[in-house]
Amino acid sequence: MSNQQIRSPLPGTFYRRPAPDKPPFKEEGDDVAVGDTVGLIEVMKTFHEVKSDCAGSVSKFLVGNEDAVMAGQPLAEIA
Amino acid sequence: MPVKVISPGLATSVQDLGRPGYYHLGIPISGGMDRLALRSANLLVGNAEGAAALETVFLGPELEFTEDAIVAVAGAELPPLVDGEPRETWASFKVKAGQRLSFNYLEAGARAYIAVSGGIDVPPALGSRSTYALGALGGLEGRNLQVGDVVALGESGNSVREGRSVPGHLRRLPGTPAELRAIPGLYWHRITEESKASFFDDTWKVASEADRIGYRFQKGRSLNFNERTQPFGAGSDPSNIVDSCYPYGSIQVPGGTEPIVLHRDAVSGGGYFMVGTVISADMDLIGQLQPNMDTKFVEVDLETALAARRERRNHLERIRESVKE
Repeated sequence: MSNQQIRSPLPGTFYRRPAPDKPPFKEEGDDVAVGDTVGLIEVMKTFHEVKSDCAGSVSKFLVGNEDAVMAGQPLAEIA
Repeated sequence: MPVKVISPGLATSVQDLGRPGYYHLGIPISGGMDRLALRSANLLVGNAEGAAALETVFLGPELEFTEDAIVAVAGAELPPLVDGEPRETWASFKVKAGQRLSFNYLEAGARAYIAVSGGIDVPPALGSRSTYALGALGGLEGRNLQVGDVVALGESGNSVREGRSVPGHLRRLPGTPAELRAIPGLYWHRITEESKASFFDDTWKVASEADRIGYRFQKGRSLNFNERTQPFGAGSDPSNIVDSCYPYGSIQVPGGTEPIVLHRDAVSGGGYFMVGTVISADMDLIGQLQPNMDTKFVEVDLETALAARRERRNHLERIRESVKE
């Protein structure tokens, strides 16, 4: 099966954790189901949940925590 | 007849050219942040330029049409899809009853204006259909669109045709870095000569705290203030002033650190020092800035600002000519 990518719906800042003192939504190697939250995008004083539209496991995060991202930019690879 | 909101996008609201005349009472002017794009979208579908349209930011909505309509999307490069088939931005196209309008990922800019033949028909509030969400005024129940909303359309003339477009050279988006021309203001003397220079020399970045109320910028050097004894009512922070009016486009710098340019939904007064004001011709560009974009403030005088305002008016005239049949 080929790798799929989760893309950012918005431009903004990417966060892998729901809050600074909480563990990341997903680690590399974790299973992902359709609809699982994999991160947050902060923009316009709001946090928007990024949900997976595919199932599998996280093979790699393609951007770091708190990185600036563009709309449509791949955030993670799902194998 | 109505349009159903299948998904609302991030923050989609009804906007027209705004609600001037009440700012002195604390009610902001509201209206589209990029009014040149709003006017263009309306012209493309045969509406009056000031008809109400949908302003959508970063992430477009999904809308289902219940009757045939002519639609145009102008401003940001947010590629429209009709039942999944791509359509051009800055051009009019047909959406038939039962079809869905959705959007691909944003490619450039920030805000797209979705004009529909007949215009968005919500009750005017204080002379405008614009949404002022903070004050729950205008638009659809004073708020952004939500899933399940039904948006009414006005009557459209029969002369509207698909396939009109605004030529590429008349479409306006910020460059890289974005350049915002500004005039130093009443409080310019409050900062040091060094800070006067650094404000215009530095490249700022759009912060994530950027919305219809104001756009915040960061990463430039902090401003230093000339020493003074703070007057009564100004508080102890040197970036505070005795409360004053905030013009549309004024650049306040709380604490001297991160400039905020006030936009269409801003408050009309307060106690932050303002370094200057972005000229009216460049306010539309701010509505098209994405987070983290490099931005420079460029110092100009009043004469240049007025010339730029005339040039913008001529630009609009050229858009009007280009969509005439």
